[in-house]
Amino acid sequence: MSAMHPDRITAERLAGLAPGVAAIQDAPTGDGTLVEDPAVRAPLVLNNRSIHDVTEIVCGYCEKPPPGKWWLPAFCVASTFAAVGMLMILYLIITGIGTWGLNNQVGWAWDITNFVFWIGIGHAGTLISAILCLFKQKWRTAVNRSAEAMTIFAVMCAGIFPAIHVGRIWFIWMVFPIPNYNWIWPNFRSPLLWDVFAVSTYFTVSLLFWYMGMIPDFATLRDRADRRLRRGQSARVRLQAPGPVKFSVELPIVADRIRALVYGLLAVGWRFSSRHWHRYENAYLILAGISTPLVLSVHSIVSFDFATSILPGWHTTIFPPYFVAGAIFGGFAMVLLLLIPARELYPNFKDLLTLRHLENMAKILLVTGMMVGFAYAMEFFIAWYGANEYELYAFINRASGPYWWAYWTMITCNVVSPQLFWSRAMRTNPVVIWIVALLVTIGMWFERFVIIVTSLHRAFLPGEWHMFFPTWVDILIFTGSLGIFVSMFMLFMRFLPQFPMAEVKAVMPQADPHGHNAHHNGGGH
Amino acid sequence: MAISDYLPFLFRPPAPRFVTEAGKPVHGVLAQFDDVAKVYHAAEKMRDEGFTNWDVHSPFPIHGIEEAMGQQRTKLPFIVGGAAFTGVSGAMLMQWFMNGFDFRFVVQGKPDFAWEPFLMVTFELGVLFSAFAALFGMLALNGLPRWNHPLLASERFLASSDDTFFIVVEATDPKFDPLATRRLLESLGASAIELVEEA
Repeated sequence: MSAMHPDRITAERLAGLAPGVAAIQDAPTGDGTLVEDPAVRAPLVLNNRSIHDVTEIVCGYCEKPPPGKWWLPAFCVASTFAAVGMLMILYLIITGIGTWGLNNQVGWAWDITNFVFWIGIGHAGTLISAILCLFKQKWRTAVNRSAEAMTIFAVMCAGIFPAIHVGRIWFIWMVFPIPNYNWIWPNFRSPLLWDVFAVSTYFTVSLLFWYMGMIPDFATLRDRADRRLRRGQSARVRLQAPGPVKFSVELPIVADRIRALVYGLLAVGWRFSSRHWHRYENAYLILAGISTPLVLSVHSIVSFDFATSILPGWHTTIFPPYFVAGAIFGGFAMVLLLLIPARELYPNFKDLLTLRHLENMAKILLVTGMMVGFAYAMEFFIAWYGANEYELYAFINRASGPYWWAYWTMITCNVVSPQLFWSRAMRTNPVVIWIVALLVTIGMWFERFVIIVTSLHRAFLPGEWHMFFPTWVDILIFTGSLGIFVSMFMLFMRFLPQFPMAEVKAVMPQADPHGHNAHHNGGGH
Repeated sequence: MAISDYLPFLFRPPAPRFVTEAGKPVHGVLAQFDDVAKVYHAAEKMRDEGFTNWDVHSPFPIHGIEEAMGQQRTKLPFIVGGAAFTGVSGAMLMQWFMNGFDFRFVVQGKPDFAWEPFLMVTFELGVLFSAFAALFGMLALNGLPRWNHPLLASERFLASSDDTFFIVVEATDPKFDPLATRRLLESLGASAIELVEEA
């Protein structure tokens, strides 16, 4: 049996036939969402979920720990890495940036590599929420919340590096346009200052966008906690000793009271009024409209940090679009890297995040991967065509100099590995997608390393040539930023709504006031 | 949205038109609908009946409900436009003051104040101001934050955040009549009707 029309599923269900769960598990169409026929609209939510089911699934993730005992140990590991990284940052601040492997020639290395790496990852969230919103891509509702969360956490990790790389972090306030004791103002002609404004604006706007999307979902969580409290269904928190020890203690804390308070405060009294929804949707569209140029501007400005210098390898006009494409590429890879395991670890996650979502994101990886590949080729072409011997040398040195392995890792991971997605079997196989996403993430880190370190390590005079070798402080701060990112994301998965419930409900067939199946609400409560 | 939503102690509330047997003022009538098509058509009917102070509550924005309710377009874009203008002009002014007037210094022999290098920060601040205006303007026009509301006291109403739809007619509506409005909502297919008291 091929793909089934969602209306037919509803019809069968109304007629009291089987729920249809087994019927849509079919090999050629995966989970039933990989529909070839353009006349058939692939369902965005699987297994005949009613509107109430969506509430139950999504709120269940925030209200109960995920099944299995993996969450706490995994969180402990991630936060240990984060803590070690923070200790290293403290050590760096106390001692100085000489604890990194920097030298006279290579003054930017892992610090700025990590900064550009994280800020690039942070671009997928706003791309999904803003650009795909403007293009009315309804499938984005399944991924936008976690992608936005990822954006926020990635930008937080990114922000660490430029702040600590200045060495004397207690002077970081001098980048802000506030009067200081020398009566001087910052230089607004410097791309480094543009970067301060771009990154902080990007962080703030992403945070506002993320928060605004969550207001209705916070209200749902508030109402559920409130209803349980009124019905006396709330229990006190019970702490259980781990392992074989039989000991448990009841704390004088009612979890639902805390939920009603915290989610209630965050929900600012949202009561699902249609008059409010109208302004809400308007505000959402405006935010999407202004975030779209913002997301393109941020990585362009990051690339100006390099492109406005006169260093061979950096001084190229292709940098802004090349950086933006690479950011989207790396960001989508990170979204897939996080969501594919989540799909396996959380029950019913696959009903909301279907194979079609993964396939669409794999296609984006393929497209942006080739954009990045085109940029790599074009850099070489211009280096030759521009007839500047320093420029040409910088590029030949990238591919065949002492850092050849970094360059070819980058090419293999970023250009070669996504080519697998020309095959549909590959781009609908979550394991393959996950492996490619991992390779792309590694490749994108190496891309920034190649751009920064190989351009710096051999400048104009051979007498100043130096290699860069990372120290353990470099390495632990990088793994620390990974730990911070993963810990934050795990907290998000545990306590905040992972799917935008209102948006998912709005794209379900039951939500259409004019549909011929609209007389059936699929469940009730 | 009104100032009285934020500073209620400045205003003497009008005498309630209707009170319950317990003497509490009536906020309005709450009618429950179990599917989206029913509430949509009921909303069209309510609009045609000439109600003004009423609302539809739904767990997600219903497509086209603005027309069904006869709601006017929001003024939010003008607020955001004003904020964008403030951000852009403020940023240009700030950069002119800091680099072109108060603290001039020569960088690569370029002019003290040319608009091109100042565009980036100008754009970013325009976006930043607009984003704040979009979120907080939306909340202010909605009369939010408002953490308590008579409707939230009704346990039935809490299902509006899950999968149930409600039409609420407030007692302040000139066409409101406890019995006639109730009968009208019943005829429109409401599955349950409840009187909501003012908190």
